[in-house]
Amino acid sequence: MDLSAINPILLIAALMSAATPILLAATGELVVERAGVLNLGVEGMMITGAICGFSIAVETGSPTTGFIAAAVGGAVLSLLFALLTQVTLANQVASGLALTLFGLGISSLLGQGYVGVKPPRMPDVNFGPLSEIPVIGPILFSHDPLLYVGLLLVAGVWAVLRFTRAGLVLRAVGENHDAAHALGYKVVRIRILAIMFGGALAGMGGAYISLIRVPQWTEGMTAGVGWIALALVVFASWKPWRVLLGAYLFGGITQLQLNLQGAGVAIPVEYLAMSPYVITIVVLVMLSADKSAAPGSLGRSFHASS
Amino acid sequence: MIRLEKRPRPSRTFAWATPLLAVLATFFFGGVLFALLGKDPVQSILTIFWQPLFGEFSFFYRPQLLIKGAPLVLIAIGLSLGFRAGIWNIGAEGQYIMGALFGAGVGLAFYPAEGVFIFPLMVIAGAFGGWAWAMIPAVLKVRFGTNEILVSLMLVYVAEQFLASMSLGLMKNPEGFGFPGSRNLQQYPSAHNAEIITNSGMHWGVVAAMIAVIFAYVLLARHRLGFAVRVTGEAPRAARFSGVNPGRLILFCLGTSGMLAGLAGLFEVSGPAGQVSIDFNVGYGFTAIIVAFLGRLHPVGIVLAGLLMALTYIGGDIAQSQLGLPAAAIQVFQGMLLFFLLAFDLFTNYRLRFGRTEAA
Repeated sequence: MDLSAINPILLIAALMSAATPILLAATGELVVERAGVLNLGVEGMMITGAICGFSIAVETGSPTTGFIAAAVGGAVLSLLFALLTQVTLANQVASGLALTLFGLGISSLLGQGYVGVKPPRMPDVNFGPLSEIPVIGPILFSHDPLLYVGLLLVAGVWAVLRFTRAGLVLRAVGENHDAAHALGYKVVRIRILAIMFGGALAGMGGAYISLIRVPQWTEGMTAGVGWIALALVVFASWKPWRVLLGAYLFGGITQLQLNLQGAGVAIPVEYLAMSPYVITIVVLVMLSADKSAAPGSLGRSFHASS
Repeated sequence: MIRLEKRPRPSRTFAWATPLLAVLATFFFGGVLFALLGKDPVQSILTIFWQPLFGEFSFFYRPQLLIKGAPLVLIAIGLSLGFRAGIWNIGAEGQYIMGALFGAGVGLAFYPAEGVFIFPLMVIAGAFGGWAWAMIPAVLKVRFGTNEILVSLMLVYVAEQFLASMSLGLMKNPEGFGFPGSRNLQQYPSAHNAEIITNSGMHWGVVAAMIAVIFAYVLLARHRLGFAVRVTGEAPRAARFSGVNPGRLILFCLGTSGMLAGLAGLFEVSGPAGQVSIDFNVGYGFTAIIVAFLGRLHPVGIVLAGLLMALTYIGGDIAQSQLGLPAAAIQVFQGMLLFFLLAFDLFTNYRLRFGRTEAA
């Protein structure tokens, strides 16, 4: 065992990358839940995004096009969920599960020809001399563009929810859909848009795993990250900046256990691999006492007649 | 102008017609999917749904229906109790694995002793394993109000890692030439969940599934506890006024479903699967969710839905070897079924009105 092999600077840089898929998916789900919809299909949308992004990136040779395709793929799949819950008023928990099961199936179907293929690499953003600064350089200025997009999205979602009229309407729909309807807002339309936004972000999060983190395609490769993202939204009390904090916390744990595996710690690999899931449960328990921040209409179907 | 109008009470006709409509729609769109994959849609559907039942080799496939259907029904019966009460156990797959590990662990501990008491002990251990694993989300929900969906699901991943650790470590066959996986329980008569009638597919898991169906039917139709389950799902406030203790109901629903999932895991690992290995579980715990919904959360419906799902597994295998249909296509097919079911369910609670909207 050699713990000195773990370099704290590289660990922090790596945890930011490990956190990005969770961050993207959780930010999307946060918007969906703030609109009053509980979409449990994050895992399915992520894995679908992972394969859409991967296949398009391989075919076109452009990772950027891949990420766009992943966002489109995730959004299209989420449209199915929107159709079920907003138009045919199906139970949101059941529909979300259906979306995950369906997404896992469709992704392995689409991904058949792509096992073992290497995707084109996405180059890091070139910050010039900034990345040469000791400590700060490798941590802040040596990443792929998507990582920065993730951070900008958190800031953007926060600003929109807090300062704009659109954000206010979205929150109104989530807090009390009957009141929002009475005020003349199109509850169903707003929710469908929110669901598609969440789907697009989950898709990009999935593609981040298959194109940058791993980078490879294997069936079921998201391995529960979508569910951790869902837990993270609860952890964050539906606040964007706390999603960022939580994602980095989980990214840190994931990265640390990977490094410990590499360093040959005396704990068996399987028990280290369990740790992110166990810690998610522990965090959920610690925070579940406070549900006051949850949007008022979360998970309830809306029909104008009732 | 078409619009939706809420029915004064849910339509009983549609409640039963919805699964049939969903199956028909899935046949159609499944056929489209198979056609897109370059397979003859009619032949694919026939291969999946006709050949196992009435084809040339049906004598071989029919018993499989019981072998694959039993775990699905067993798990889905347990899940349906919770789903009815609005308690969402999504982690049946984990409870299934833990049941198998506990049960197989007891069996392997006795190896090579023979005795009639070994298999019953394994059954008890399997049920306990699943129950204990489900008690984690149950107790956390009762005590701290933690979301049972997320906790039970996280525990699936934990159980999978635990399974990997066991099949590569503690339970690995010492005479297995270093291959992962435990001793084969099929070659250990006292621990083997053998067929009760040869070539019928009838093993103890099937018996357990039948008992569970009858038990659930009586419970829901005749027992006070079943009433509590139904009221809690349909009107939680009314349930509290009628004296239902929500905490105890959560413990009961999650505990029962965990126990049944654990039993399903034990019967699988000691029978059809034979050994503890990294991938002996094939996702029955997740497919059972579809079975529970397709069966309308009703014991009799679940039996029918379980047999149908078992058929898609068997037919899917045949289509895979004969037509080269990818295994994932069946998974998509199963997912589609749940989608259509949820969508058509609209007509149970709402009806379409054509024509102009009248003034209210």
